[in-house]
Amino acid sequence: MTIASGSEQTQTDLVDVVVDDINVRVPKGTLVIRVAEQMGVEIPRFCDHPLLDPVAACRMCLIEIDGVPKPQPACAITVADGMKIRTQRTSPVAEKAQSGVMEFLLLNHPLDCPICDKGGECPLQNQAMSSGRGETRFEGKKRTFEKPIAISSQILLDRERCVSCARCTRFADQIAGDPMLELLERGAQQQVGVADDAPFNSYFSGNTIQICPVGALTSTLYRFRSRPFDLVSTPTTCEHCASGCSLRTDVRRGEVTRRLAWDDPEVNEEWNCDKGRFAFRYIRQDRIESPLVREDGRLRPASWPEALDIAARGLAAAQGRVGVLTGGRLTAEDAYSYAKFARVALRTDDIDFRARMASDEEAQFLAALVAGQPLGPTYADLDAASNVVLVGFEPEDESPIVLLRLRRAALKANTRVWSISASLTGGLAKMQGTWVPCQPGAEAQVMDDAQKDGSDDAFGAALRTPGAVLLVGERLAGIPGALSAAAALARNTGARLGWVPRRAGERGALDAGALSGLLPGGRPLTDPAARREVSDLWGVQADELPRYAGRRGSVPIAQSADAVIVAGVDPVDDPQGEQLMAALAGDRFVLSLETHHGPISELADVVLPVAVDAERAGTYVDWEGRSRSFGTAISGVTTVTDSRVLAMLADAMDESIGRGDVMELRAELATLGHWTGDRMSAPDVRPAPPAAGGLRLASWRLLLDLGRMQQGEPHLAGTARPTEAVMSAATAASRGLTEGSLVTVSTPDGSLTLPLRLDEVAHDTVWLPMHSPGCSIVQDLGAVPGDVVEVVPGGPR
Amino acid sequence: MTLTPVITEFWDRPDLYTLAGYERTGGYRALRTALAMDPDAIISQVKDTGLRGRGGAGFPTGLKWSFVPQGDDKPHYLVVNADESEPGACKDVPIMIANPHALVEGVIISSFAIRASHAVIYIRGEVPEAIRRVALAVSEAEAAGHLGHNIHGSGFDLKVIVHSGAGAYICGEETALLDSLEGYRGQPRLKPPFPAVAGLYSAPTVVNNVETITNIPWIINNGVEWFRQFGTEKSPGFKVFAVSGHVRRPGIYEAPLGITMRELLDYAGGMRDGSEVKFWVPGGSSVPMLTADHLDVPLTYEAMVEAGTMLGTGTPMVFDQTVSVVKAVTRWLEFYKHESCGKCTPCREGTFWITGVLKQFENGEGNDPDLDLLNELCEQIMGRSFCALGDAAATPYPAAVKLFRDEFITATHTPVDQTFDPARSFVFSETALSEVGAR
Repeated sequence: MTIASGSEQTQTDLVDVVVDDINVRVPKGTLVIRVAEQMGVEIPRFCDHPLLDPVAACRMCLIEIDGVPKPQPACAITVADGMKIRTQRTSPVAEKAQSGVMEFLLLNHPLDCPICDKGGECPLQNQAMSSGRGETRFEGKKRTFEKPIAISSQILLDRERCVSCARCTRFADQIAGDPMLELLERGAQQQVGVADDAPFNSYFSGNTIQICPVGALTSTLYRFRSRPFDLVSTPTTCEHCASGCSLRTDVRRGEVTRRLAWDDPEVNEEWNCDKGRFAFRYIRQDRIESPLVREDGRLRPASWPEALDIAARGLAAAQGRVGVLTGGRLTAEDAYSYAKFARVALRTDDIDFRARMASDEEAQFLAALVAGQPLGPTYADLDAASNVVLVGFEPEDESPIVLLRLRRAALKANTRVWSISASLTGGLAKMQGTWVPCQPGAEAQVMDDAQKDGSDDAFGAALRTPGAVLLVGERLAGIPGALSAAAALARNTGARLGWVPRRAGERGALDAGALSGLLPGGRPLTDPAARREVSDLWGVQADELPRYAGRRGSVPIAQSADAVIVAGVDPVDDPQGEQLMAALAGDRFVLSLETHHGPISELADVVLPVAVDAERAGTYVDWEGRSRSFGTAISGVTTVTDSRVLAMLADAMDESIGRGDVMELRAELATLGHWTGDRMSAPDVRPAPPAAGGLRLASWRLLLDLGRMQQGEPHLAGTARPTEAVMSAATAASRGLTEGSLVTVSTPDGSLTLPLRLDEVAHDTVWLPMHSPGCSIVQDLGAVPGDVVEVVPGGPR
Repeated sequence: MTLTPVITEFWDRPDLYTLAGYERTGGYRALRTALAMDPDAIISQVKDTGLRGRGGAGFPTGLKWSFVPQGDDKPHYLVVNADESEPGACKDVPIMIANPHALVEGVIISSFAIRASHAVIYIRGEVPEAIRRVALAVSEAEAAGHLGHNIHGSGFDLKVIVHSGAGAYICGEETALLDSLEGYRGQPRLKPPFPAVAGLYSAPTVVNNVETITNIPWIINNGVEWFRQFGTEKSPGFKVFAVSGHVRRPGIYEAPLGITMRELLDYAGGMRDGSEVKFWVPGGSSVPMLTADHLDVPLTYEAMVEAGTMLGTGTPMVFDQTVSVVKAVTRWLEFYKHESCGKCTPCREGTFWITGVLKQFENGEGNDPDLDLLNELCEQIMGRSFCALGDAAATPYPAAVKLFRDEFITATHTPVDQTFDPARSFVFSETALSEVGAR
C-alpha cells in the first residue's frame, strides 16, 4: 500500500512504516495520525486539526511505537523509516491510554448533551461512545462555571464544556491572526477567555464554533435553535463576496438555520468569514412575495400572467431603446439570461452589471484581460507566489479568504505581500506585508513610476520575480488611469494579473456577457467569428445581434432608454445612485426583477419577485474564474429565478430564449466556453493630474457594514469595526486634531462627524469607512475615494 | 563517608556574597583560566567530568552543551533554571543567597563555552533575597569587568539578565520556563525541537540548574581527575544535599554522591528525640518514597533507580512515625493539582480527581475499592501526560499505598487527624505538646 499525496512524489521522499502490522509507504514527515487516517484507521483526537500546528495537548491520540517506552501522541509524531506503529486496534497499551484520557475528559464535562447544540454531531460524544466506558467512576463534584459568557456579541462560551484542546485559540492566532482568545488560569480552572476590553471581534470568529470538538463555543444566532439530526444540509456557495467559499447550508423545517464552511482545499479550505456564516437572515426579511404592477401611481399585487403581460407590452413598446442593469449579485446563469434576453428579445446592447463605481476604462480592461479568460491566477498561485502586490484591494474587508491564503503563504511559504494603499491596515500587518504608501487617486502614478527606467521601487522589482502576482481590486475603476497602469505593469514585469471584484456575481456576469460590447465567454460583440458562434447557439441570424457596442454605465443607460430592466441593483452601491434613481423616476417604463422591497422596486412600473440563492440552484464565478455551482437549499418564498422570468417574458413577447432552466443554461455556457480569438487591447488612459490642496479621502467598504444582505443579524453587526476616521499622526498634528477626539469631515455636499484614530496612513489623507453606521461617504459627503475633503476638529457647527 | 564542602566551603563567611568576599576565596580565578581556553575544550572538560544535571533528571551536562550547534550564525542563550519550587527542595536558593558570585562565574564560563552572549537567570519569584543577591552579584561582576563587553580583553561579550518568576511551579519545566521568559503563559512546549536546537526565541539554548552551573568554576580550577575522585563512576562529583524533616539539624550537607541517607542523618544529628524514620523521599516529592530499609542505599543516580526511586534534586525529606502518609500524599497531590498548568488532559483532570478522592481518605471517608482506583488513575497519568509534572503527580500515591496500605484502610473509617495528631508531627517539645493538649 502506498499513500502519496501527489503524483510528482519521488521514491526518495517515501519511507516504509508498519501500522498495525500493515506495511505502508508514505511521504517522509507525515504525521502518524494522517497515515492512519489514510489507511482508514481512525485514531480518536480532539486537539488535532490538519490545518493547525500540532499541540499534543489532549493526549487522546496516544499510540504505541516499537522501541519507545511511553505511548506517543499520533498527532505530533512524524513517521521515520522503519517505524512500527500500533494504534488502539492492535495495542492494548494504546487502547488503555486512550480510554484513560477519555475518562479524564468526561470528568468535568457537564451532562447537558440533551440541550447542547453540539449533541448529535459532537466529537466528544462520538468518541466517548467508541473509546469511553459506559459508566463513570467519578463520584465527586464537577467543576462548574457560569454558562455561557459572551466573548463577543455573536460567540458564546460555555467553559464547563471546554476540553482545553486549544483549537479555537490556535485558530485565532495561527489562521485568522486575531489572537484575542487565550487560555487563562491553570489546572482544572484553565479556561478560554478574552481580555475585558477586547471581545473576540474577529471577522473569522465563527470558524472556532465549527472546529470546537465540544459544545463550548456556540453562536447567539444558532444556540438552542435546532438539533443537528433535524437539519437537512445542502452544499452551497457563499453569495456575499467573490472569494467563492464553499458552504453547507443547514435547513430546519424549511428555514435556513445555520451555515458552515465546507471543506474545499482549493478555495476556502475549511474556513469562511463571519459574513458568509451568519448573514442569512435577509432571506426572510422584506421579501417581495407576489408580482406587483403600478396602477394609479401605486403598486398593487397582480397575478403572474397579468404582470408578465404588462411587462412584455412595456418592453415591446420600447423595442430597441431598452436598457438592462443587472448588478453584481446575480448567478452566472441569470446574468447569461439577461445577456441573451437583451440581445435576442430586446435587440439592445445597452447592458451593464456594474452598479457601482465604474468607468469605460474598466470596461475595456475587463474585456481585454479578464472576461472569459481561463482559470487563474488561483489561490494555489498565491500559495506558490514569490511576491503578491495588491492595489486598490483590502483582502480582509473585500475578499477575506484571499487574506487567509496570503497570510499563510507569507508565514509559511515566504510569499512576500505588498500593498499599494492609503494605509497600513491590520490586514496587511497580518500578512507581514510591505506597505507602499499611496494617496488615494495616486495609484496610477505609483504604478507608472515603478515601470520607468531606473525606478527603484521595490515592488516593481518584486513583480519581476518568477511567480509574482498583481491583484487589483474593483475599486481601481474609480481612479482614472489606474487599471491602464496595472495592465501595463503586469505586461512589463511578467507578473500574473488578477482582478478581485467585491460581489459574488461580478465575474460570472462579465463572463456571461452582461456588459455592453461583450458576448458570453469574453467574445467581442463586433468580431464576426464571435457573433457567428453565439448566434448559432442562440438560433438567430448573426446580423440580428446588435451591431455596435451599446452604452456603458448605469446612469447613461437609464437616461437614454425608454424602458429599463433593473435586477439586483442597490443604488447605495453606486456613487451615481442619486442620478440613477432620478433617471428611473423619470418618464420611463421600469421593470424590476427583485428579491426584496427596495428603492428601485418602489418606483418600478412592474415588479416581478425572484428567488434568492438559497431558493434556487446556480453558479457563482469567484475572482479566480472558478465556477462554484450550488444547489437549492429551501423552497422559501419563491423558486422562480430571473432566468425563468426572462424566458416567460420572452414568450410573452413572442421571442424565444429557451426555458430558463439552470441545467440548460449551464450547458449553453459550457458549449460557448472561453473566447480564444482576438480581443480588445488593454486601455491606455493617462492618470489625472493630482488635485491641489486639502485632504484626500481614502475609503472602502468594511466587511461588516450596512450592506443589505447583512440586515436582521444584530449579533453579527455587533462584531463590526467601529466607525472612525483614520489619519496619520503628522497629518492630524498639522491640523490640530488629536486621537480619540471628534472631527468633522466635509465636502461642499455635506459633512460627517466621527472619532479620529491615528495610524499609519499616507500623508494628507483621511480614511473613512464607505458605508458603515453613521458614515456613508456617498450619501453623506457626495464623495468618492480620491476626492478632496476638509477635516476640522470638533462636531458640526 | 565524610562531608566535602566545596561549593559550601566558605558559607560561614558573612561577606561571601559580595564580590570582594568571593574573590578572597579565589573567586573569578576560574574565569580567567577559562577565557584563555578554547571553548570546545571547556565543553570537553565538563563532558569528561561526567557532571550530571543537578535539577533532578541527571542528564550529563557536557553532553547537553555539545548539542548546541556551533557556527550556525544564530544567537545562543544560556538559561539558568533557578525556579526551585519542588516540595522539599531547598538547595538552589541557599546557594544563590550564600554564594551568588559562584553561580555568576559559572554562568560566564558556561556561556563562553557554548558561545552565548546572553544569559538569563530565572529565579523563583517567591525568594526576593535570592533575587536581590544574584542581581547584586551580576552588577558587581559587571562593574569589575567580569561581565559586559570584551570581558578581560578576551573578545567575549556577555549580558546576564536576572529574571523573576511569577509563582508557577510549571515554569521549572525547561520549555515552560522559556515560554514564560518570552512573555507567554508558562506551559511546556512540544519537543522536538529541543531547546539545544530551538529554545529561547527559537535559538539554540542550554537550560541548566543553579547547582550544575555553580560546579563549573571548581571544575575549571581543579580539573577532571579531581572532580571524579568524588562520587561513583556513573554519578561523579559532590552534591549539595538539603536534609529536612524530623531530624535534629535540618540543613545543607555537601558530600560526595554515594553517601547514604544513614550517614546524612548522622550529620544532621539523627532523628529528633524518640522518633524513628517512617518514610523518606530522596529528592523532592516527585520521587517515590522509601523507608528505613533503604537508609544504606548510596545516594547516587543509579542506586536510587535500582531501589525504585530517583535521586531527583538530592534534597531528602525525612518523616517520622507521627506523620500520616495519607495526609502527606494528599498534601503533595493538592500541590500538583494547584500547579498543573492545564495543558494536557491526564495531568489537569487526573490531579483534580485523585486529590478529591484522597481528601475523602484524609477525612476518614475513603472507600476500599478507591485504593485500586487511585492506582489506576495514576497509571492513566504516568507516561501519558505532556511533561514530567503529570508523572510527578502520579508518583507519590502508588509507592505510599504499597508500603502503607493499612493506613489507607484505617482512613476508610477514621479521619487521619484522629489517628495521627498533627500536633505531634509539628511540635517538637513534650511540654509544648501537653500545652496544646496533644493526644
